[in-house]
Amino acid sequence: MVAKKSIKFVAVLVLVLISFKSFAAGDVNQHPEGDLVDSPKEIKEYIKHHLKDSHDFHLFSDNASGKHYGFPLPVIVWTSKGLKTFMSSAFHHDDSGHVVVDAGDVKLTKIHSKIYELDNGVASVSFDDNHHATNAHKVLDFSITKSVFGMLLAGLLMFLGFTALARGYKKGPIPTGFARVLEPLVLYVRDEIARPNIGEKHYKKFMGFLLTVFFFIWILNLLGLTPLGFNVTGQIAVTVCLALFTFFIVQFSGNKDYWKHIFWMPGVPVPMKIILMPIEILGMLTKPFSLLIRLFANMTAGHFVVMSLIALMIVLKESFGPVASTGMSLVLALFISVIEILVAFLQAFIFTMLSSLFIGMAVEEHDHH
Amino acid sequence: MEMLLNDFSPGLFIMQAVILLILIFLMVKFAWKPILNSLNEREEGIQGALDSAEKAKLELENLQADNQKLLKEARAEREEMLKEARDMKNKMIEDAKNEANETASKLVEQAQATIESEKKAAIADLKSQVANLSIEIAEKVVRDELSNKDKQVKLVESMLGEATLN
Repeated sequence: MVAKKSIKFVAVLVLVLISFKSFAAGDVNQHPEGDLVDSPKEIKEYIKHHLKDSHDFHLFSDNASGKHYGFPLPVIVWTSKGLKTFMSSAFHHDDSGHVVVDAGDVKLTKIHSKIYELDNGVASVSFDDNHHATNAHKVLDFSITKSVFGMLLAGLLMFLGFTALARGYKKGPIPTGFARVLEPLVLYVRDEIARPNIGEKHYKKFMGFLLTVFFFIWILNLLGLTPLGFNVTGQIAVTVCLALFTFFIVQFSGNKDYWKHIFWMPGVPVPMKIILMPIEILGMLTKPFSLLIRLFANMTAGHFVVMSLIALMIVLKESFGPVASTGMSLVLALFISVIEILVAFLQAFIFTMLSSLFIGMAVEEHDHH
Repeated sequence: MEMLLNDFSPGLFIMQAVILLILIFLMVKFAWKPILNSLNEREEGIQGALDSAEKAKLELENLQADNQKLLKEARAEREEMLKEARDMKNKMIEDAKNEANETASKLVEQAQATIESEKKAAIADLKSQVANLSIEIAEKVVRDELSNKDKQVKLVESMLGEATLN
């Protein structure tokens, strides 16, 4: 059984590697002089680039020969002329607006991981002093970017893992195998996060959201620690979306008391009620805002620190020699990576915890007035 | 802040929202609902088993208490019966003794009475026989000596009357 599974795994791996190879062919070289990323400025650019979402799945590059290993992802954009789809390999790894893709009746280019539509009748992009495009505008980008790919992967992993757990209960009340690891996690979210914060009476309604969000964030955070280099939960759009879900769930499940506490605080004099109203409304908005910034900042900072520590190896090579700098960067990066594993869980926990706390505040029944 | 806003991709936001919605829906339908239901069922099952075990224990305790009580009652009853039997035995012995005593004393009395009457009869008989004997003796004695028989009898009788036998 195990042998069969590992054979399957190897087969998939081989297939993926073959597709990398074919993707590598015919690329335009980004560093034509065969330059390595070795100066602090280049490293900074490199890290910044990797914190961003990208339109192809890029694993590593051989700058000397100008080959990139990875695979392209589909680009789906809503332009002024309607929906356009093509594979990201059409951009040939260009990220500076030099390669213009002619998608039928519109011309598209990619600048800093964003897809721009060139204005009518323009053949190439021109830039102003701040390197902003002057004759092109952004389009609504529904591409299966690396982040979307990561989300789909996380969703698939979750779905497979937990439907297996659900099926396990049909055979008997005690799950077996990997499901035995998943069950305590589900119980943890239910008994340590949802129940104490929302209350015995209401928690069941929100379990679906809380469990999904917890495992979604956790798996994405952990995927971000793999060398695949996902940074999904470090994308501001993703955390905004997650926080907005919490926000709307809180507002829609808020009872009469919740709204009364926001707009007409009971138990205080009228002038205080008027002063408290804007503060409470602001508080309503800052709660999800803190959620989105916390997750985004933690994950981005984690990635940034790990990559910077790895870069120490190159930066300090001059002054400490290759062995000392490699050793130092290895130890530090390992240390931070271990902490990041904790942070990956912690951020998922905090997001779910605070979400359930906010929901709990909205559905709480005040009977002490 | 400007960089953050620049990095915000509306497309990614929409994709994320759609994926999350679909994911929540799928997970609720195929994973969370069955999982949580099974967990609940299992917990209720365990709780039920514990409750019934507790109940059984309580019942057993009650039963034991009942048994104890019954045993105690039986012991008390036995004790009572034994005591009654012992009392009865004692009483019977006592009665028998009394009766025996009474009978014995009655018998003795009767015997004494019989003896007394027999003695009286014997004495009377003896008296008459002694009287006859005496007369015969006196007759034989006096026949030769005395002519007057009547005088002789009177003499003897008066002498006998003087002689007390007891």
